[in-house]
Order: sequence, then structure tokens, then C-alpha cells
Amino acid sequence: MSDVIVVGAGVVGAACAYYAARAGLDVTVIDRGPVAGGTTGSGEGNVLVSDKEPGPELELAVLSNGLWRSLAERHDRQAGPGAHGGFEFEAKGGLVVAETDEIQRRLVELAAEQGLEHVLVSGPELRDYEPRLAEGLAGGVLYPQDAQVQPMLAAARLLRDGADSFGRGTLHLRLGVTVTGFVHSGERVTGVRTSHGDVLGGAVINAAGTWGGEVAALAGVTLPILPRRGFILVTEPLPEPLIKHKVYTAAYVTNVASDSADLETSAVVEGTPAGTVLIGASRERVGFDRTTSVPVLARLAAQAVALFPALREARAIRSYCGFRPYCPDHLPVIGADPRLPGLYHACGHEGAGIGLAPATGHLLAQVLTGQTPDLDLKPFRPDRFSEDSP
Amino acid sequence: MTFHITIDGRQVPVVPGQTIGAALHAAGVRSWRTTRFGGRPRGLFCGIGVCFDCLISVNGRAPERACLLEAAPGDEVTTS
Repeated sequence: MSDVIVVGAGVVGAACAYYAARAGLDVTVIDRGPVAGGTTGSGEGNVLVSDKEPGPELELAVLSNGLWRSLAERHDRQAGPGAHGGFEFEAKGGLVVAETDEIQRRLVELAAEQGLEHVLVSGPELRDYEPRLAEGLAGGVLYPQDAQVQPMLAAARLLRDGADSFGRGTLHLRLGVTVTGFVHSGERVTGVRTSHGDVLGGAVINAAGTWGGEVAALAGVTLPILPRRGFILVTEPLPEPLIKHKVYTAAYVTNVASDSADLETSAVVEGTPAGTVLIGASRERVGFDRTTSVPVLARLAAQAVALFPALREARAIRSYCGFRPYCPDHLPVIGADPRLPGLYHACGHEGAGIGLAPATGHLLAQVLTGQTPDLDLKPFRPDRFSEDSP
Repeated sequence: MTFHITIDGRQVPVVPGQTIGAALHAAGVRSWRTTRFGGRPRGLFCGIGVCFDCLISVNGRAPERACLLEAAPGDEVTTS
């Protein structure tokens, strides 16, 4: 019997397992598919603070940003410098660009409210930071803390390091095992029923991402988590790095916070260590429909070329899509479920799950071991959606 | 009738119809570029135009997929 059962082997589940193991707990991670088989494996690997409005999610992002750095440094101390954490960690910084003076004014206002380390960049100065940017942009804001990871490697690395480095026993990973229900003892959850038999544990963490609502329903509680689809277009590997930072247009910030179900796109462009360029981002609510949408990809390509004209010469070699797990208030669900003792949640991070994963795992480990969490978890509480909730 | 292309100045025989990638492979050249950070070798991987691992510059043009580009007499191939 494990102290903790984590349902979901995406980056959030992996981080929960890592920090729980580090806190001395025995952990079993269960996933019906492979590691990073869901939303983790279909993102860009964003570790962003820049796109967050001031408030609880920004505090979570700042905490998490520091933890990602610590994780990368810890790995590199053993693996040697230049190992990039074992998950292509790049502290490249993010550059938000504005097409007009009015948008730039709003970006400057947001930066002042966020209180993050940042540099205001005028239109003419933009190309000092990104030499291949298009002409005629009004300006931008550089956020040095923004970073990028390869999300599948990051999830796998957290699981591996959690298994190798900590715990009284080991971190068990059970893949291809589907959770079909919960085991109860009195009022408490004491395990999960699976396609491969019951697995018992002192606590169960629901880290099922976009499917977190379904797992919660198996336990008899509701979580209003729904999919928000996004496409990413990938270029061929470029011989020379074209883009130094994560570069995105200001529209991305408003799209992230938007409540519209219709298609919204904004240019989000960045290089990877493999030389490919990832081009996003689209948001639309169409359920779990995986059909490739050529019009969406065409829009993404056109927006990226408008930002970096040199991309016109690059061939797109593939696209992929994923489903961000979003809650009505765009905040994740983190913490103990007061409706069902023994059940904890760590899901609903929308498009920020990679960035927010370490803080989520760290805070839950604190809760599980009876410590006071570093951040107030009230804004993230699982029962906040019910009508009688204050 | 075979013809020749050059790889970094070295003459390599080509059977008409062979791709640049096939000619390099036949000449014992297994990789012709490296990854940006790790410096790991890259050459033919999928061999059918999907993976874009085998990008190579021929006659100074922008990188092409060696596995798809048919070799022509006198092509000058430069590895990096």
C-alpha cells in the first residue's frame, strides 16, 4: 500500500509524485496511457510568468518558475553543465510584442501591475533583442524569467528522479492501467479500482488533467473541467537559430483570459533545441475533436510570418493538437477535496500546466505532510464551483 | 551509367535515380549535420521525407531532404 496514489502521468502528476516522494511518502502513479500521453505531450513546454494577470495564478507561476530552475540545476549538478536539466530547460526569456501604441500602453500597464522583473522595449529597440522580427511593431516587454522545457522529457525526468532519489520505498509507475472507480472506507477514499485490480493508498491525487472531471465523477464529486483545443504547427529544423526568445503578441494574453467558445488565435513563436520552430496558439471549444483544421493552421502560419518574415521560407513539417483542461474561472484545482476525505486534486491548469506543475506538486506535498503550504490554496479549492460556495 | 557528385570535394559515384541520401549512404557517409546543443549526429532516419533529420545543402541551396532529392551530375554536397 502506498501513502499516495497519483492518477495521471502527465507533468502535473509527475510533479506531484516527485515532491511527495521527496517529502518521504511512498507513491504509486497510475495512467491509462503512457507518460505524457495527454495534454502534456501536446503543448509547447511553456514556463511563463509574463502572461499571467496579477493574482493567485501569477503567484503560483512565480513559485513554480523558481522550482523549475532548481530542478534543472539539481539535475545538472550530477549530469554536468549543459545538460539543460535533462529536459531541455532553456531560461530564454519571453518577449511580448505590441502591434500598436495603444496595445503597447496596455502591456506597460500590465507589466507595472504584475511586479515581475521586466524590460520595457521600444519599437526601434525590439530588434536588438530579436533581430529577425518584422519592422513596424510598436514595442514590447521582455520578461527574463520566462522559460521553456521539453514537456515529455520533463515529466519523465520528474518520475525518474522521484523514483531514484527519494522515498522510503520507491515511486511505482503503472502505465496502461485505467482507473475505473474508487475504494471507500467509511467516509474516506482509500484507493482506486482499476482495470488491473484495486490499488490501495492513504490518499488519492486526481492529476488527470483535461480528464480530471471524469476521474472526480468516479469518486462522486463534480469538477467542471472542459477541453479547450489548441493546434501547434512545427517547422523543419532551421540551420541557424532564428528566434531567441519565446515571442508572442499581446493578443495571447487576452485570449488566454477570454471566455469565448469561438476560435481565437494569436502568434506564439519559439525555437527548440532540435532547431524546429513551434508556432501557436489557437483556442477553441469543440469538445475532444482531434480533426486537423487547415484554416486554423493557415492562420497560425500567417500570424507567425507576420511576426518573423523569414519564416516564410521555412517548411511546416507537422502539426499537432491538444486539449487544455480549463475551469470556468481559468484557475487550476489544487488541494484536498473537503467533500471527500482522502481525495486531492491537481488538475485544470488550462494551458499553463507545464509551467505550474512543480508548484502544484510542491504545495500538495506540503498539504499531504501536514505543513502549511507556501501559498494560500483557497483560490484553487475544489468545491469553489458549487452554487452554495461562498 | 554512373555519374559523380562531390561530397566536401570528394568524388562519389551515383547510380542514376539515386537520391543524395542514398549516394551518401553508399559512400559510407552516415551523418551530415549535428544537433545544435548536444552535437549529436543526424543523417538518414526515416528515409521517406517525413522526419526532416537528413537536411543537407546541395549546390549552396537552402537545406533539402537528402532522402528525397535526386542526385544530378556534378552536384556539390557540403556537410556541416
